[in-house]
Amino acid sequence: MGAQSLAQRLARITWGRVIAWIVLWSFILATVLPFYWMLRTALSDNQALAAQSFSLLPADFTLGPFERVFGLATPEEALAEGGSGASLSFWLYLRNSLIVSTAVTVGQVLFCSMAAYAFSRLRWPGRDAWFAVFLGALLVPPIFTALPNFLTVKSVGLLNTLPGIMLPSLFMTPFAIFFMRQFFLGIPREIDEAAMIDGARPWRIFFRIILPISAAPVTTLGILTFISSWNDYFWPLLVGQTEESKVLTVALGIFRSQTPQGAPDWAGLMAASLVAALPIVILYAVFGRRVINSIGFSGIK
Amino acid sequence: MSTAAVELAGPASALAPDGGRRTGGTKRRPTTQLWPALGMLAPAAIGFAVFYLYPTLRGIYLSLTEYNILGSPVFVGLQNYVDLAQDEVFWNAVRVTLLYVVLNIGFQTVLAVGLAVLMHRLTKSVLVRGSLLLPYLIANVVVALLWYWMLDYNIGIVNAVIDAVGLPKVAFFGDEAWTIPTIAAINTWRHLGYTALLVFAGLQMIPRSVYEAAAVDGAGEWRTFWRITLPLLRPVLALVLVITVTGAFQVFDTVAVTTSGGPGNASRVLQLYIYEQAFARGHFGYASAMSVVLFLILAGAAFAQMRLLRAGESDLS
Repeated sequence: MGAQSLAQRLARITWGRVIAWIVLWSFILATVLPFYWMLRTALSDNQALAAQSFSLLPADFTLGPFERVFGLATPEEALAEGGSGASLSFWLYLRNSLIVSTAVTVGQVLFCSMAAYAFSRLRWPGRDAWFAVFLGALLVPPIFTALPNFLTVKSVGLLNTLPGIMLPSLFMTPFAIFFMRQFFLGIPREIDEAAMIDGARPWRIFFRIILPISAAPVTTLGILTFISSWNDYFWPLLVGQTEESKVLTVALGIFRSQTPQGAPDWAGLMAASLVAALPIVILYAVFGRRVINSIGFSGIK
Repeated sequence: MSTAAVELAGPASALAPDGGRRTGGTKRRPTTQLWPALGMLAPAAIGFAVFYLYPTLRGIYLSLTEYNILGSPVFVGLQNYVDLAQDEVFWNAVRVTLLYVVLNIGFQTVLAVGLAVLMHRLTKSVLVRGSLLLPYLIANVVVALLWYWMLDYNIGIVNAVIDAVGLPKVAFFGDEAWTIPTIAAINTWRHLGYTALLVFAGLQMIPRSVYEAAAVDGAGEWRTFWRITLPLLRPVLALVLVITVTGAFQVFDTVAVTTSGGPGNASRVLQLYIYEQAFARGHFGYASAMSVVLFLILAGAAFAQMRLLRAGESDLS
């Protein structure tokens, strides 16, 4: 591409291409602009939103909504800007989300990598058949297991605790095992064999050789796991209802219904949503390429 | 969808034996590594048994019982299913869910194929793909709240624009006729980039030579798309549809956050009704029976799509 002369480039510009670019840009704008609107609203005075619903800039710029979210505003200040006087333990929910997502990510990536290693590089009878059984769990929709899992978590007394929220996804998901196994299958056999000749045991080979050279897919899987755990709503809604066990998504979902009658605190709601989305946006900004490249078809011919 | 990204493989390749196995020069049979394998599998196996296998079996059993969470389950045979067949709200939920799936998948798939082709023809920019994927990575709850605000009847930007051009305002979440299309549109917005990226990955697997041959034969863009791109994309489209349709049938978050099923039952989708039966009314057996039905619908839909689109066969080769 770089070697093309300007004339050649210009020659390739046709009306069709111009229209195609315009359409593509409209898709991009339609995707990105709502996020701008979220930011714009979050920096607005809630009282002023109604009068300035068109303004592209924040309506009466203020950091008040963020102060309300983080509990820095006094109830009087909050009410003056159209917030509800009610306080929201935002820090607590943020902490809960962080604990749950981090634990699930570490557990799932480690345990699924171990399982994937056993399913790809160790020799034992029935290996591929068992892998097929594990993969079969992909077919079971989450709602189907959610009700019995709720009963399980309840019966061991972990209802409304963070471990209760983590447990079902802490050990494995079929996707994570599948994802790691695909990568492990591509590592040359000689690497384990050389280590084996040196007397290393499978555990040692896994932790000292296989896992370190798999840093890239491990990171990708970790990011994907963290994002899906962070965004999960249905399961935490079932088992994390108390103040102490609420994660961000659950708190946000309820935040709306808690707003007083009449005008909801849209600015506060958007500020809270923005902060809830921020860790994902940061992760995405740093590791975006990995996330994007992980979406594809590894096995279809 | 529960996973942030799904990487796919045909069943054949997913279960293919160890691709890297080499016999090398050694003739001795390798010793079995059963014990280390069991140790490495243990945590995942516990998770599989306790949170996938057992709940699947227990869910089927519970669907045959009357069980409110306080007592113990009482076996009632197929009574729950008989009740389901006569439950007007359930049938309404099936209709509403189907309407949602058809609208969401319809728009999303057509737009995603268009968008993927545009990207394929115009740019390889990671930034373009990255921004299109962004909504998919943001929580359903956040996306739902954002649109709930933008589509607000009184002061939302969308109605402000509609009002400004002289059209009557729309109660997107308050008008029975609008709720499901609105929720379908919101989730189309969220999933479009992801779906387009899956299709885009499929497009990259079509060899350039096919297009070059078409260009030599003088085929235009339009003709090339209908005669070459779309037919060769078929197996990929089948898998994309299975993933997205399966996800769409389980729509919950967006509805729960915005309309909670209303107005009336206009957006009471299946998973929301299951949730309400189980947790608001304590009918665990009944709710389990509905999950079994939803499971069967999902399996049936996936099977039908694979058959209709002949997913296993490719026109390449």
